[in-house]
Formats: sequence, C-alpha cells, structure tokens
Amino acid sequence: MSAGPILEVEDLRVHFRIGGGMFGRGDRILKAVDGVSFRLGAGETLGLVGESGCGKSTLGRAVLRLLPLAKGRVLWLGQDLGALDTEALRRQRRSMQIVFQDPLAALNPRMTAGEIIAEPLRTFEPEQGAAATRERVKAMMGKVGLLPQQINRYPHEFSGGQCQRIGIARAMITRPKLIVCDEPVSALDVSIQAQIVNLLMELQAEYGLALIFISHNLAIVRHVSHRIMVLYLGRVAELATREQLYRNPRHPYTQALISAVPLPDPDLERGRRRLVLKGDLPSPLDPPSGCAFRTRCPKATAICARETPPLLPIAAGHEVACHHWNE
Amino acid sequence: MGALLEVERLDVRFATPEGEVSAVNDVGFSIAEGEMLGIVGESGAGKSQIFMALMGLLARNGRASGSVRFRGSEMLGLEPAALNRIRGARLSMIFQDPMTSLNPYLTVERQLTEVLVTHRAMSRREARREAVAMLESVQIPEAGRRIDLYPHEFSGGMRQRAMIAMALLCRPELLIADEPTTALDVTIQAQILELIRKLGETSHTAVALITHDLGVIAGLCDRVIVMYAGRIVETGPVRDIFRNPQHPYTAGLLASMPRLDIAEGRRLQTIAGQPPNLQRLPPGCAFNDRCPHAFARCVAERPLLTPVGAGRSKACHLERL
Repeated sequence: MSAGPILEVEDLRVHFRIGGGMFGRGDRILKAVDGVSFRLGAGETLGLVGESGCGKSTLGRAVLRLLPLAKGRVLWLGQDLGALDTEALRRQRRSMQIVFQDPLAALNPRMTAGEIIAEPLRTFEPEQGAAATRERVKAMMGKVGLLPQQINRYPHEFSGGQCQRIGIARAMITRPKLIVCDEPVSALDVSIQAQIVNLLMELQAEYGLALIFISHNLAIVRHVSHRIMVLYLGRVAELATREQLYRNPRHPYTQALISAVPLPDPDLERGRRRLVLKGDLPSPLDPPSGCAFRTRCPKATAICARETPPLLPIAAGHEVACHHWNE
Repeated sequence: MGALLEVERLDVRFATPEGEVSAVNDVGFSIAEGEMLGIVGESGAGKSQIFMALMGLLARNGRASGSVRFRGSEMLGLEPAALNRIRGARLSMIFQDPMTSLNPYLTVERQLTEVLVTHRAMSRREARREAVAMLESVQIPEAGRRIDLYPHEFSGGMRQRAMIAMALLCRPELLIADEPTTALDVTIQAQILELIRKLGETSHTAVALITHDLGVIAGLCDRVIVMYAGRIVETGPVRDIFRNPQHPYTAGLLASMPRLDIAEGRRLQTIAGQPPNLQRLPPGCAFNDRCPHAFARCVAERPLLTPVGAGRSKACHLERL
C-alpha cells in the first residue's frame, strides 16, 4: 500500500426521488446513501456489508460517478471527479472499473467473449490495431483462467463462473487501479465462489489493485477485505480493520450480523449464543428518528430516538456510530 | 421410530429438445418421524427435483419412476385428487421465493384459511382465529391486522414467515423446505432458522431442508445427504460428515467456504472446473473431472453408494480420504 489514498469520499449523499403522483406532487425522497466518507489506499480492499436496501451498491456506483450525487465529493488521485467535464471524467474511468453480480446479465449476449473483453480498449485506446487488441485480449483471458481459444464463443456457451471471469477480464483490460466488485460471487455455486475470490485476490496482488468489495456474505468479506464498512439504511454503522471488526465489533448491528452467520461446524453452531434481531429493516423512505437501527436494537434507549449518533473514532482505524458502543 | 418417508430407486428424467436429461438417478433414503434431514448440493445436483417429484409438482416434461412411500403408501403416480388429500395437509413444502406460493390477488387471510377450511373442515371464523394464532407464532407483528393485507404489502421476511405459517397450519408430519432462507438477509435468515429449529423441537414435525449452505445444515440437521449431478455421493450423521468427510466432493465443499470460525488470511481451497452439465457428464464417476484424487477406475466404472461406517455411506472408489 502506498502512502496517500487514491480515493477519498467526503460526505457522499445519493437521493432518489420516488414518484408519489403526477407532476412531482407527493414525491418522496429516498436517501439511499446519507453522508458517507472514507478513504481507500492503493492495493487496499474495502468491504461494504449490510442488508438489502442499506445502500452498499448505490455507494459503489456513486463512487464511480455512475449515479448523480445529491451532495459530497469524490476525489480520485486528488482530483474532484465532480469538477471534471464529461470528456475528462471519461478519461479517468479507464482506471476505475466495476464487476457485477449476475455475470450472464452483465454481458451482451450478441457479442463474443473477445469482443466483450476488448470493448473498453475500443473506447480508451481506439488507435490500437485489431491484431494487437486480440493479443491483449488473449493474454488477459489467460490471466483470468479462460482458454484463449474460447475468444470467439458467446456468453451462453460459458458457465456462470466463466462468465464472471469474462466480466473480470473486461474490467482488467485497461489496467485499472480500482475495481468495484458488486456482489461478484453471490450468484455462483459454492465451489465456484472460492475460484473467483482467489482470482480477484491474485489479480490484486499482481497489479496492486484497490477493491471495493460489496457483499452481504460476511465470511467472504472477512476473507478478502483489509477494512470493512458496515452500512445500515444509508449510513455508516461501523468502519474498522478486519481484525477489529470481527474480533471486537462495537456496533450492535455489526454484532448481530456476525452472530447471524451460520458456521459450518455442528458443535460450534449448536453451542452458540445467537443475537437474533427482532423485526425487519424499516422502510428507507421513512427511517426511524435518531439512530435508524434503534427499532431493532437490543440496547436502544431514549437518546437513540432523539439523536443520530455521529460516527466517532474509538481506536486507531476503528469508528462506530452508536450511543452505547462502550456498554 | 418408523420411517415417515421412504424413497427408493427414484429416477427423474426430463424430455428436452436435446434429448433426455436425468436429473435424479437411483436415489434412495428415508426420513424418520421428527427427524431433520439436510440435502445439500449445487445447481443441477437434483436436490429439489426429488421433492418436486414426490409432491407431484414436476414440470410437464418431467417423469419420475421408482418408489416414494409416505407412511407406507405409495405417492408416485397418485391422481391429483388423492395427492391433494396428503399434500398441504400431512406434507407441506416451502420455497425460496415466497411469491411462488402466495397468490398476489388474494389477501393473506384468504390463503391461510383455505387449507383449514379444505383439510380440517373448519368454519371461516374458526379458521381465521387459528390463522392469526399461527402468524403470531411465526412472529408477524400485529398479526390480527396484517392478516387482511395482500402479500405485496409484506416485507420479504414477513412473506417467508407467512408462507411457513401457511405450511404449518395443518400441522404437517413432514415439512419440505427448499432453500427457505437463500433470498433473505442474514439477520432475517437467523429468525427463520430459529423458527424451523423450534418447530422441530416442539411439534415433532420432520423437516427436509434443501440448501447449498453447509452452515445452515450444521446448525439444524441430524443427518445430511450430499448430492452431485443427480446422485447421492455421501450421506451420514451431520457431525461425522462435517468432522470427517469421506467423499472428495464433500471435503471440497467444506474446504472452499470462507468461514468465520477459522483464522483469516489463508488461501481458499477450490474445487477445480465447472458445475456438472447433466447433458455432458464424464463416464464413470460424474465428479472425476474435478476430483483431485481421480484414478483410472473412476473413469472406467461408476462408484456405487456403499456403507463406510455407522449410518454412513459414500459413492467413491477411494477406500479412505
């Protein structure tokens, strides 16, 4: 990891307008990401975890400027992406890529694997000749564990795991510095998940890639991440290094998430005391006052309804947004 | 305890434009009263089709042969009318996506009371009271009010619980749960698994839990069946299988999961290759092209499921793993 961060996100907010009626009357604002800040170093992996609707995918996309920001800044290598014009932003995009959850849906069924992987090159290096492009595509296919002779095959001729390798090759072909991985293994069979996780980690080690790894699977996130951000209804509940987050989680939500993961060990699993949360995720359109987690929190008291807990550092590299973190 | 369900030599085949596909091959097992059986396998393993076959829910191009006996009487080939006396009443099934079982056009009340009126000849008023009580027992808050809502007005976790409530209303002897928590968030998954666990403890309902998540099986089940490419490859008591897997596929599945109970930082072990394509299985053992231990015999001859210790069996030519 190098000294300075490659990515700095300051007070990022993404709001969606949810139609209530014609002409905008009765429209409601859904605050999908509500004031998130973090930094990411070169070669570092930040895991984003949380349940559906917590804003983790929206945050990943907003960082890449694939969604408009309601507020906040994204600094990429010190440069404010919001201050760039379309062309300058486009040039920056070659160093920031994304890999999606559903590998087959993310690939154009009418293009061959070779055309899909080469597409970013056509955008960013149009001067490159067809023969040179083909060589680079073949080399990248080898890197991600595909057979270069499969270059003329179509997505449906590949399995789900192989399609995800195509998606990774497409992301890697421009030699990016950052890849946002949005649930990259959730749609894959268990035996294939490990293959893709290992591939991403190998590519990271070889090219010094930074990764934003979005997942609801806490065991996989622990395996790949250096630091982990836990999101709840668009806000950061806890942000810590891997060791601190899993050994000493301080936010009751983090504690509940970790204790909810089933362990594949019959003795441990049956002897465990599990913190089962009551109730469901509240509607993000109508979040509870104060701390959004209070309606499900075993530690909630009166202050939690009144005041939104700020995200505060409690140790080096460990921040928590909870009034009762120290109890 | 006698066997509640006995499956013998079950085959399920589907006619497709590319020819016949064998989804389930020569599968046999039994479930005792009150037992929790886990069935684990990846896509294409055939784990769901076993139960779709016995519930008479196979797709139109599917055919089942062999024998499935519920309390001694044969279920395969039953007329729908005869089948309907059993399914829903003594045998219930819940699915990954609750909207496949809930009718979006009917209130939850209508859907829950229907089984009681049909199978237990209750009046609507009695049935409603019973249904509200069941919704409360699966922890739907304000059940008396919520019962009049439509399924889309429920959250995902509440829908899953409503479906479980519906499956339990007639106090089935066997509950078949097909990936009941796969679509749910982890905190909601924990709630649903807790519910199934209590169910097994208090009401003596037997559960067949179909899943790809070994962690879910570890916490809930007494016995486990591991399937690969339509066949049982290993079966036995959960503790033995997890502590000491004897089939290379089971061992590979266990080793390839990142787990919270093991120190971080090691490289994940993987199972090489791709999930099986049922139309292009290798000769001999279907797992031989992905198996790190495969030798000549594995290609020449398909291993049969044979006993390898107390209550355990596996289909593998290796003497020991």
